[in-house]
Amino acid sequence: MIRKIVYGIFILIIVAAVSMFLMSYPFGSDKMDVGKYYLENTVPQTGAANVVTSVTLFYRGFDTLGEVTVLFTAALGVSILYFIEDKKRKTRIVESNFVTKVGTRVVFPFILLVGAYIFMHGHLTPGGGFQGGALIATGFLLLYLAYEETSINRAKFYLVEGLGGLTYVTMGLLGYFMKDSFLANVLPNGQLFNLLSGGIILPIYIGVGLKVGSELSNIIDDLMCEVKCDGGEE
Amino acid sequence: MIFYVSALLIIGIGIYAIIIKKNLIKIIIGLDLIETGINLLIVSIGYINGKTAPIFSKGVMNASRMVDSVPQALTLTSIVIGASELALAAAFVVLLYRKYGTLDVRKIRSLRW
Repeated sequence: MIRKIVYGIFILIIVAAVSMFLMSYPFGSDKMDVGKYYLENTVPQTGAANVVTSVTLFYRGFDTLGEVTVLFTAALGVSILYFIEDKKRKTRIVESNFVTKVGTRVVFPFILLVGAYIFMHGHLTPGGGFQGGALIATGFLLLYLAYEETSINRAKFYLVEGLGGLTYVTMGLLGYFMKDSFLANVLPNGQLFNLLSGGIILPIYIGVGLKVGSELSNIIDDLMCEVKCDGGEE
Repeated sequence: MIFYVSALLIIGIGIYAIIIKKNLIKIIIGLDLIETGINLLIVSIGYINGKTAPIFSKGVMNASRMVDSVPQALTLTSIVIGASELALAAAFVVLLYRKYGTLDVRKIRSLRW
């Protein structure tokens, strides 16, 4: 009991410190500094309608490359952690019901379609490679939940993942050799609101979408095989 | 203002769960709560009264009517990192359960030194 009180006071001190900091930034006030530059220069410089996407991939593209690397490392970590453990995987299957099976068969292609739509229109609408990739992975999760015998082809998913990452680095290197800097805009900006606009954002986001989708599917494959194949110790 | 308060509340609940709870799954839920609260805090710091999302469309072509886009881009990064971190933490918990047969941190003895 005394521990809970002490920790409660500790948490209150942390929250109070953060709110003291927030006092100097009142809610809803205009505190844009670098954001103004991005808002005014996005359309002439990148040709993308979505400013968030252009900040993520154009102005801070190198940062996003690091983020993709973090995601890759986490997926690799999950795979390694499960690889260490035993190979004797017993099947203990929980049967899914009829509605899930038929519903999955109807919905699955549309989930993939919407995922592809979201990562291809990242420069025009809210969305992008990460969101579209996560959506594609949920499609595969549904497949795993409905059909017990589902097992994705790991080799092909690794291939797609590698190609997606390679697209990103290749665009960066093209910018380095054809223009002045890494991830410089080497493609034409195009007409605003067209699908083929936004310079390097479209190819990079297609690569990122495929990469994130296959990576999260691999993670789901690892975790689901835990639930289905192993089923805990007896 | 309500966004600041609720974000701080979520962060506080998350820290509480991490410190007080003994179940590893609940600790992971606490981690996720902290991350969600911080995302909400970052986005609400970037909000400006009476302005819309930073996306150009046929109706909104005026850059002065948009909120700051940098916090939203950073939150996008943070969400992805949080998801992958959660998957890794879940993998660790599964391995710990296999080795010790329990999720109670008090019973996982070799974590102590």
